[in-house]
Amino acid sequence: MITNPGPASTASATEVTSPRRPWRTFRHPLPIRIMHWVNAAVILIMLGSGFQIFNAHPALYWGERSDPDRALFEMKAIKTEVGQLRGVTIVLGRAFETTGILGASRNSAGELKARGFPLWVILPSGQWLAMGRRWHFFFAWLFVLNGVVFAVYSVMTKHFSKDLMPRWREFLVSGRALIRRVMGQTLERPTIEKYSPVQKLFYFGVVFVCGPLVVFTGLAMSPWLDAAFPWLPSFFGGHQSARTIHFLTASAMAVFTAIHLFMVVATGFARNLHSMISGWYYVSKVNRYYGKD
Amino acid sequence: MEKIDRRRFLVRLVNALSAVSVSGCDALSQSERFVQLLETAEGVNRRTHRAITPSRAMAREYDESEISAVFPTNGTTFPDDPVYRELAANGFVDWRLQVGGLVRRPESLSLAEIRQLPARTQITRHDCVEGWSAIAKWTGVPLSVLLDRVQPLPEARYVVFRCADPMNKTSFKYYESIDFEDALHPQTILAYELNDQPLPIQNGAPIRLRVERQLGYKSAKYIMRIELVDDLTPIGSGRGGYWEDQGYEWYAGI
Repeated sequence: MITNPGPASTASATEVTSPRRPWRTFRHPLPIRIMHWVNAAVILIMLGSGFQIFNAHPALYWGERSDPDRALFEMKAIKTEVGQLRGVTIVLGRAFETTGILGASRNSAGELKARGFPLWVILPSGQWLAMGRRWHFFFAWLFVLNGVVFAVYSVMTKHFSKDLMPRWREFLVSGRALIRRVMGQTLERPTIEKYSPVQKLFYFGVVFVCGPLVVFTGLAMSPWLDAAFPWLPSFFGGHQSARTIHFLTASAMAVFTAIHLFMVVATGFARNLHSMISGWYYVSKVNRYYGKD
Repeated sequence: MEKIDRRRFLVRLVNALSAVSVSGCDALSQSERFVQLLETAEGVNRRTHRAITPSRAMAREYDESEISAVFPTNGTTFPDDPVYRELAANGFVDWRLQVGGLVRRPESLSLAEIRQLPARTQITRHDCVEGWSAIAKWTGVPLSVLLDRVQPLPEARYVVFRCADPMNKTSFKYYESIDFEDALHPQTILAYELNDQPLPIQNGAPIRLRVERQLGYKSAKYIMRIELVDDLTPIGSGRGGYWEDQGYEWYAGI
């Protein structure tokens, strides 16, 4: 999960004590690597099948009901006067043309069809709600199981308290470092062993905030569980609110995944990939002495 | 130059990976074995839900002010069936609900007779499998009242609802089934009124089922016959309902 913060990120709180960097460093123990790759596959499946399910009614609301005239978000297709199909996305009453991506997109034959999310992000890659639900509700168990094992493991091994829990002090320290850097007083370098405070914030947020939120809003959408635990949908503001929060949280996780992938590539794709497969992060010659004062 | 190569390599890698995963997932969706594996989650979900829920847990009931302005119509809106259309033209005075199968005393009830039975009114939320929700007031006879009259035999396990609407994708008409956990639940009713008015045709006249703790497709419309059975496999394609035969879950509590 770690990515090299790179020279562009702000300095870490950890002071560099050793004048020389080791040429390789052990980053990811086996259980973390397994859970990372399980999670990677499960998240992609959950996003794809989730978009598939969403396409059956591509609109969001607040409260218990889905009153058609009160959608907060909506993707739809409209026909122009000359009979052309246009994809339109309406966000809080403002309409945007999104032909080709949202509302209307091309099928494998190249024809524009009315469809919320395009075929290339939905699983399976055709309109098939029943199959999307099958995938979603099977892999939801794996998602929860993997997440719970990760939470327990990281608390027990102190991965959570040492590496993931963001602390105010770090933001203060890195804030000060940033100011010092801007003032030209000192040039502090990031370290490769620790997450930067920004990374911590992102990882903590996606694992310990988005994770539980997406699970509980998912459970809140079940009519059966609504009967068993009426406080669950009420807590989120109603059935349709829970659906909206579920969608927004999943979208946030998709954005996180995109940023994560970008950072993996931007900070040395091969080394990062290698470290999540073997556990060892190899420091290049340039980087080996990078932390030297 | 090196940068361009790297970029090209990454783009190709992403394209290849997504092509492999998309076609892989599509192939898996067609594989009988894999789909059977996915379907195991349905049983796990049903058993888990039932284990943590008291069997009398009630679906939330709402205030009159929360009723949807318009209750959406979905699926069949006017069954394309000559017998049904004739009954509808007559205001359903000739319609009779047949209750039979594994029961001691099969019955045949007219709409007027059903309206004489003890009634329950509930304002509940209808969640469609598609994702929309609407709130409405339903009045009808609890299914448990009807089952008491016909006296199910001990081997009866499911209550099957046979409907009037022919469906495009099969030669069968719409049907649904529930087990006794839902059949005996106080909110499971055969509704003949929607928002204090006789049930409109587009919402399932003369009677429709309400199964409030499951998705909308369980709440069958245009009911003609109720059958108690011990096995669902001989009916339709054998999965317990029209939508179930199309791959949807029989347990629609999610």
